[in-house]
Amino acid sequence: MDDKTLLEIKNLKKYFPVKGVKGPGVQAVENVSFSIKKGETLGLVGESGCGKTTLGRTILRLYEPTSGEIIYDGKTIYSGGVNMPLLDKQGKQVLDKDGSPIMREGKKIAVDMMPYRRKMQIIFQDPSASLDPRMTVGEIIGEAIDIHKLASDKKEREEMIKSLLSRVGLNTEHANRFPHEFSGGQQQRVGIARALAVKPEFIVCDEPISALDVSIQSQIVNMLEDMQNDLGLTYLFIAHDLSVVRHISSRIGVMYLGSLVELGESYELNKHPMHPYTKTLLSAVPVPDPEISHSRQRIVLQGDIPSPMNPPKGCRFHTRCPYAKPECAESVPEFKEYDKGHWAACHLLG
Amino acid sequence: MAKYTLKRLIMAILTLLLVACLTFLLMNSIPGSPWVSEKAPSQATLDALNAKYGLDKPLIVQLGKYLENILKGDLGVSLKMQQNRPVLDIIKEMFPVSAKIGVFALLWAILVGVPLGCLAAYNRGKWLDSLLRIICTIGVSMPSFVVASLLLTGLGGNDQSMFPTIFKASLGVKSYVLPCFALGVYPMCYISRQARSAMLDSLGQDYIKTARAKGLKNTAVIFKHALRNALIPVITYLGPQIAFVLCGGFVVESVFSVPGLGRYFVQSILNRDYPLIMGTTIFLAAFIILMNFVVDILYKVVDPRITLEEGGN
Repeated sequence: MDDKTLLEIKNLKKYFPVKGVKGPGVQAVENVSFSIKKGETLGLVGESGCGKTTLGRTILRLYEPTSGEIIYDGKTIYSGGVNMPLLDKQGKQVLDKDGSPIMREGKKIAVDMMPYRRKMQIIFQDPSASLDPRMTVGEIIGEAIDIHKLASDKKEREEMIKSLLSRVGLNTEHANRFPHEFSGGQQQRVGIARALAVKPEFIVCDEPISALDVSIQSQIVNMLEDMQNDLGLTYLFIAHDLSVVRHISSRIGVMYLGSLVELGESYELNKHPMHPYTKTLLSAVPVPDPEISHSRQRIVLQGDIPSPMNPPKGCRFHTRCPYAKPECAESVPEFKEYDKGHWAACHLLG
Repeated sequence: MAKYTLKRLIMAILTLLLVACLTFLLMNSIPGSPWVSEKAPSQATLDALNAKYGLDKPLIVQLGKYLENILKGDLGVSLKMQQNRPVLDIIKEMFPVSAKIGVFALLWAILVGVPLGCLAAYNRGKWLDSLLRIICTIGVSMPSFVVASLLLTGLGGNDQSMFPTIFKASLGVKSYVLPCFALGVYPMCYISRQARSAMLDSLGQDYIKTARAKGLKNTAVIFKHALRNALIPVITYLGPQIAFVLCGGFVVESVFSVPGLGRYFVQSILNRDYPLIMGTTIFLAAFIILMNFVVDILYKVVDPRITLEEGGN
């Protein structure tokens, strides 16, 4: 793994407008920033409805972001609503009377995603819903090859489909079957083969195993790991199951109500969680040892997750945080690096 | 497949038998008889007619005799409308006229309805969607005779005009335009509504996101993935509709004086022409059953998840 940053997102926001309601609507993703290095796996956890999937899809611009920046491999593929310092003709910052730089809104950038669709792919959560029921597996995989003109002739195309199928552990004869003729695990393998068809560098794995049987889950996770080693892939692995994410990820990000609350090395985050929400999540992971299980302290949150349409002011977690202070309700905590590579957003740490 | 077809065939015959019995009994329970008219024939004539057509026999005997004749392929002869002309001949003469109008009516209904539905779904919530909704709601709620009458008063003229009021086969295409249009308005609006909701449904599916993630162009996503999946409800609706429209928009044919099966059907009921009512009803029923069967086969073509064999995967 080299240290080259493959994907960087800055202050990414995605709001879904709601009809008949004034204001920004559902604030599904709020000010999320992180970067992913080439070849690593960043795990993303959080309870259901916290905006993990939306974030994954917004990064690929399957949803158009509301504002923020997405930079892939050094190139900005989206930038909107970002304040930039005003520059003069010499490229120097223009300062106002008090000596602070004058800011203006940067130009909106939204590049054509077509070339990036080859590099950035996604594996969906529900394998049966994400495959067109009217197409055979061969057509589903072949379509991706056709769009990007990856095969020079029919024979090569056939060969590519066959090798992809065997790559994900399916028979080559399966190409002529329809998705509904497969089991859930096999369908997910088709979904993976389809994502691999364009030879991507970066894959968003959007809860790829949560719809599957436990016995199949480990097969798929192992397969994803093998592929990462063989093909040098970079993953954004979204899941709500901390134990799986712990296993596959080099770094883990924790989301709550659309915001990233903590980000750190997998081991560090597990050993020394900083944010109260991360502590709560970790205390809820089942331990296969009754003695430890009994002796450890469980943190149980009170109340329900607030509505993302009307999130709490200040720290979004303060309404349920067992350690909340008055200032938590007033100002939004900054997402800061407290330890090397260990980021968190909490007033208690300051 | 063979087993399935055979099963459907037996079911079809049973259904037709039931339709025949029901029509026969219903018809006999309507007051009046074929011989009631302003100039009543003498009692002797009536007796002779009754004896000839077996109308003085008990109902059950009449029914038995009729069913026996049907099985022999004989639908009887018209009692009143075109006296003594075999019903089968009349149907053979009338059906092509109705079918021609029906085919064109449905064709324009589909060719306009499906794209309009897609357009509305794609522009969901925008003014175009609202406009189409208003148009289609009006189209669906307006009875065809109102549409036909409006067209007649608004556009109709004599034989020399663009849209002649009275249908004459000799005038060619001109005289088909208005009846076809009037007959197609309802199916068009209905299809468009169906296509819209089916499109919205399939546009929200994950496989559409998959297609977008692959890098497919927007138009290709819509036509290749969304529309193909959205056509199933439209086909379901089309099956029986084809039968109805081809057998003649009853009322539309009357308004435009089209010498088709539909108009004849209405008149035969008014005249209590028993064999003609029976014949046309059974013909219509058989046609609907046939179209439903065709639709079932079409499902299989459109959606590979559907298997026709029972206990299939």
